[in-house]
Amino acid sequence: MQYLVSVIDDKANPGSTDQRSAISAFNERLIAEGYWVFAGGLADTDTATVVDNRGEQPVFSDGPFVESKEYLAGVWVWEAPDLDVALGLAAEASKVCDRKIEVRPFQ
Amino acid sequence: MNDVHEAVTRAHREEWARVVAALNRRFGDLDIAEEAAAEAFATAVERWPADGVPPNPGGWLTTTAHRKAIDRIRRENKRRDKHKEARMAYDDDPPEPPEPTGAIDDDRLRLVFTCCHPALATQTRVALTLRMVGGLTVPEIARAFLVQETALERRITRAKAKIKAARIPYRVPSAEDLPARVTGVLAVLYLVFNEGYLATGPGTDPVRRDLTAEAIRLTRLVRALLPDDGEVAGLLALMLLTEARRTARVSAGGELVPLGEQDRGAWDTPLIAEGHRLVRERLAAAAAGTAPGRYQILAAINAVHTSARDVRDTDWSQILALYDRLVRLDPSPVVALNRAVAVAELDGPQVALAAVDRLGDALAGYHAYHATRADLLRRLGRSEQARAAYDKAVGLAGNTAETAYLTRRRDQLR
Repeated sequence: MQYLVSVIDDKANPGSTDQRSAISAFNERLIAEGYWVFAGGLADTDTATVVDNRGEQPVFSDGPFVESKEYLAGVWVWEAPDLDVALGLAAEASKVCDRKIEVRPFQ
Repeated sequence: MNDVHEAVTRAHREEWARVVAALNRRFGDLDIAEEAAAEAFATAVERWPADGVPPNPGGWLTTTAHRKAIDRIRRENKRRDKHKEARMAYDDDPPEPPEPTGAIDDDRLRLVFTCCHPALATQTRVALTLRMVGGLTVPEIARAFLVQETALERRITRAKAKIKAARIPYRVPSAEDLPARVTGVLAVLYLVFNEGYLATGPGTDPVRRDLTAEAIRLTRLVRALLPDDGEVAGLLALMLLTEARRTARVSAGGELVPLGEQDRGAWDTPLIAEGHRLVRERLAAAAAGTAPGRYQILAAINAVHTSARDVRDTDWSQILALYDRLVRLDPSPVVALNRAVAVAELDGPQVALAAVDRLGDALAGYHAYHATRADLLRRLGRSEQARAAYDKAVGLAGNTAETAYLTRRRDQLR
């Protein structure tokens, strides 16, 4: 079962930025234990571009599709046998990243 | 005919959770398990009067439900061809061998842990537990919690979908997670009990016997499944010792009767004896070095109260010592408030009031804070302040019997 694991940051109350080595070590472990599928940190939401080509012409607009205090700072995709395993890892991830984590299953 | 009706009722009470749990294990789908179990019981209602009660009602129900589930899966397969192969593969697989679960191996326990999973909202856990483990119908649960049936149905449907989609596992948690998860299960059971015991809402019976009885029944089940867990025993004892005082707690006129004024002869002796037995069992374990959790301490406090034939015989110093232990475990303002009630008995209302007043910031919206203050102020002869505190308590209390009691006390002030 695959889970999208989103790292959620808060503009008003951002998590610590000094987590790089801890996250690397955690990633190493995810790989070694067979949970790791994909991981990536995201650039600031200001760098996003929204594309809408449902009409006659594509429309490009600057900025995130929704302005909010909380935003997606990065994602993992994990392979885990069930939600308990994913939540256990997510609890560690939240400590390691110093941020909230959302765990959501793929269909 | 009546015997058959009784047999169905008894089978429902005793076998519902087992049937749902076995089917969920077999088909990995709580929705199918629930529906098939409900259909099997409906078939029993139809058939048993004519055919007679089968010698093994539980086995009959499980087999019937199993057939109903396979019928439904076949029907769905026909409708949705693209899922056919996957579903049929499931259907024809032999049952999976049981996962190793240590000493505990009962599908019902798995069901309890699934329904009380921390990834579900608390209200959802309560509703799901009452439906899947307790076998209450959606209208019954909706009535009990004063919510709309459609809203509750949606909540349960959404929970079943989440359990399946997010793969909330169907198993007893690992030894390292077990204590926290048992705590979660007990919190759900205690919530059900308290909603029965301290029923809120205008026009509601002050005590909802259906809910307290259901909470006790489910806690007994969990106790049978986890006989060595001290907190499970503690919660069961706490519920029994509380339930034992139920009839004495509300007067014929529908007014709350506080502990000190209750007719102790009206207490339920067998329930008290059972509660005391459990508390003694836990005391022995504590003497052997197992530190008691909060339910065990609360049960012990209730055991001290129910040991006194007359309120004047109450061993308040022992109660205070137990509250001191509880404060160390749970330093919450609500516990401190209850401790202050014992302090009032030992050191007088003045000392207790000082302790209660310190909780004002945290508990300003809690009716029991104002009710406790009102009582202490009344005992100190400070009528004006007592009246104001009773007013606040009446405004915040949701239980009809409690409102009636507080109103009378206020009106008796001179």
